[in-house]
Amino acid sequence: MIFLLWLTTVVTFVIVQLPPGDYSTALIGRLEAAGQHVDEEKRQAIKKEFGLDLPTHMRYVKWVTLAAKGNLGYSFDWKRPVTELIGQRLTLTVTIALLSTIVTYVIAIPIGIYSATHQYSVGDYIFTTWGFFGLAVPNFMLALALLYFGLRYFGVNLSGLYSQEFMDAPWSIAKLLDLAKHLPIPVFVVATGGSAGLIRVLRATLLDELEKQYVITARSKGLSNTKMLFKYPVRLCLNPLVSNLAWLFPNLISGGAITAIVLGLPTAGPMMLRALLTQDTFLSCSILLFLTMLTLIGTTISDILLVLVDPRIRMERSTS
Amino acid sequence: MLSKLTKTKAPTSTDFSDSYYVASQWELVRRKFKRHKLARVGIIVLALFYTIAIFAGFFSLSDYQKRDVDHVTMPPQNLHFFDEQGKFHLRPFVCNYIYTLNMDTLERMFEEDTSNCYDIQFLVHTHPYKFWGIFETDLHLIGVESPGYYFPFGTDEFGRDLFSRNVYASRISLSIGFVGVILSFFLGSIIGGISGYFGGAIDMVIQRIIEFIISIPSIPLWIALAAALPHDWSSVEVYFGITIVLATVGWTTLARTVRGKFLELREADFVMAAKISNMSDFHIIIKHLLPSFASYLIVILTLSIPGMILGETALSFLEIGIRPPAVSWGVLLQDAQNIRSLALHPWLFIPAIYVIVTVLAFNFIGDGLRDAADPYKQ
Repeated sequence: MIFLLWLTTVVTFVIVQLPPGDYSTALIGRLEAAGQHVDEEKRQAIKKEFGLDLPTHMRYVKWVTLAAKGNLGYSFDWKRPVTELIGQRLTLTVTIALLSTIVTYVIAIPIGIYSATHQYSVGDYIFTTWGFFGLAVPNFMLALALLYFGLRYFGVNLSGLYSQEFMDAPWSIAKLLDLAKHLPIPVFVVATGGSAGLIRVLRATLLDELEKQYVITARSKGLSNTKMLFKYPVRLCLNPLVSNLAWLFPNLISGGAITAIVLGLPTAGPMMLRALLTQDTFLSCSILLFLTMLTLIGTTISDILLVLVDPRIRMERSTS
Repeated sequence: MLSKLTKTKAPTSTDFSDSYYVASQWELVRRKFKRHKLARVGIIVLALFYTIAIFAGFFSLSDYQKRDVDHVTMPPQNLHFFDEQGKFHLRPFVCNYIYTLNMDTLERMFEEDTSNCYDIQFLVHTHPYKFWGIFETDLHLIGVESPGYYFPFGTDEFGRDLFSRNVYASRISLSIGFVGVILSFFLGSIIGGISGYFGGAIDMVIQRIIEFIISIPSIPLWIALAAALPHDWSSVEVYFGITIVLATVGWTTLARTVRGKFLELREADFVMAAKISNMSDFHIIIKHLLPSFASYLIVILTLSIPGMILGETALSFLEIGIRPPAVSWGVLLQDAQNIRSLALHPWLFIPAIYVIVTVLAFNFIGDGLRDAADPYKQ
């Protein structure tokens, strides 16, 4: 885990350094466009100010040693420490991802069970079609479509996370309520794509389980249908769902990033895009690092949950 | 899974005739695939899309880069079969639009000029274009003779014909998935093959690398890589740059499958049998190993194309993918970024329908292939 994190710092730093030039070239370009004359001496001074005169590997070492102590460096573009900038945005990113995970499961599990137990019914066809569309419609298109319908038919602007008056207001109950009003749209958008895949998995595994002998045995012994269903096959089918969490979480973070850009949410995604385009090295590196860290945590949680849900894995561990 | 929906029927008695038993594996795959209805629909849709993309010039209605200042953000034109007297015309016709500016709202208003209508012509000579960059021609499947015009999908803010732009955009959008998949196919099968064949420490290292790549959220990674493409690259360079970006993530799934299959099949009885019958390793790989999982590779490749198409669309939409003047569906959707202009001109969203239909078609075909991949399983 620590090794993976270290690897992430190297890779993200390399990727961010890939484009030619750096923040100072862009800045000098802007200064020159504004009519200022920038001579060689001033160029060097600007480079030195941002620490860009050092070779890449030295800057990496400097950044990583500081990052290990909790200091993620300084954003060139925002002129503020990175930690301060991304703190709130990451909280929102995590909130949206977590809520979407919950909503995904809340949507997917009942629908998956219904589809499998009512195979070939009208409801099953509707949900399966919907699942296919969920896979085929990218998040950003869904977000755009929702924005369009919101504006066209209800006359409301659904983008953003806060209403105008709360944009820069300090945290209060009113602001929290305002946030709660805006959250459902991004959460819904992100959760749709994820739930489509889960419904397919759950439906397929449950259909396989329902054909097995033990189901017939349970039925022949007079167990009620609901009790039988939730006591045996559904429990078995939760396994793939839990192990799916490992890939679902990175997907939700991914999907969240692009949805946030379209919806103009103050989360980590849009900030990363801007930081990458302005070559704001430390900021973009830190965000990419944190997003990767989140997915690693997600994977670990899914491993732990798998042990909790599946007694077979627990038994294996205790006997060995 | 949808495969269950269109569950392949149990073989009828005729299926168990001699032809079933003597048919080769690929023949059985073909037969089983043909029974998957949605996959057949997918094939037809994609065949149509790709034909249009290949002969984009022939199918376009006007020059896709031409700016028509008199028809800026014009809504899609209606196609008529009945004229004002209610008379039916076998040959459909379109009417020119009169443009007025509403002085109160400053909205552009377009009204049909029913006295100024033109028949749709087939195989007509209109604007010239270069056929595959080889020779110049002006033959088009359909068109309207000047001074008439036909914009079935309306025009954008520069007065460019959105239908023709869509047709040209499909060239890049539809091919980028294939090029990306071919790249990830090579990377995936070589690296996965090495990993599965040698095993041990090499396998361990490669697997850790793959896990690492998977653990980085793909869209932020794509954004980071795409943002790294130099700004002074030409359209062609950007195109291949984007395919490489998409393939960096795409190869990992394939490598995992190839490795898994290698490990599994190395121990299989039929490989042992072949070894005992003194077949060479090369022969075993070509004759027995490859055919036994080639079908799985095809399934995975088919199912990874839509992901690449969506990736390209998303990147271009964020203005870090394909760059204008080159057009792809993502580039066209950039115009839909501004929600207010989208509310006024909803036809700007038409490229999204193309993307969704294409992705659905690929998914259907992939599902059909997955069912057909194992023709002996009923």
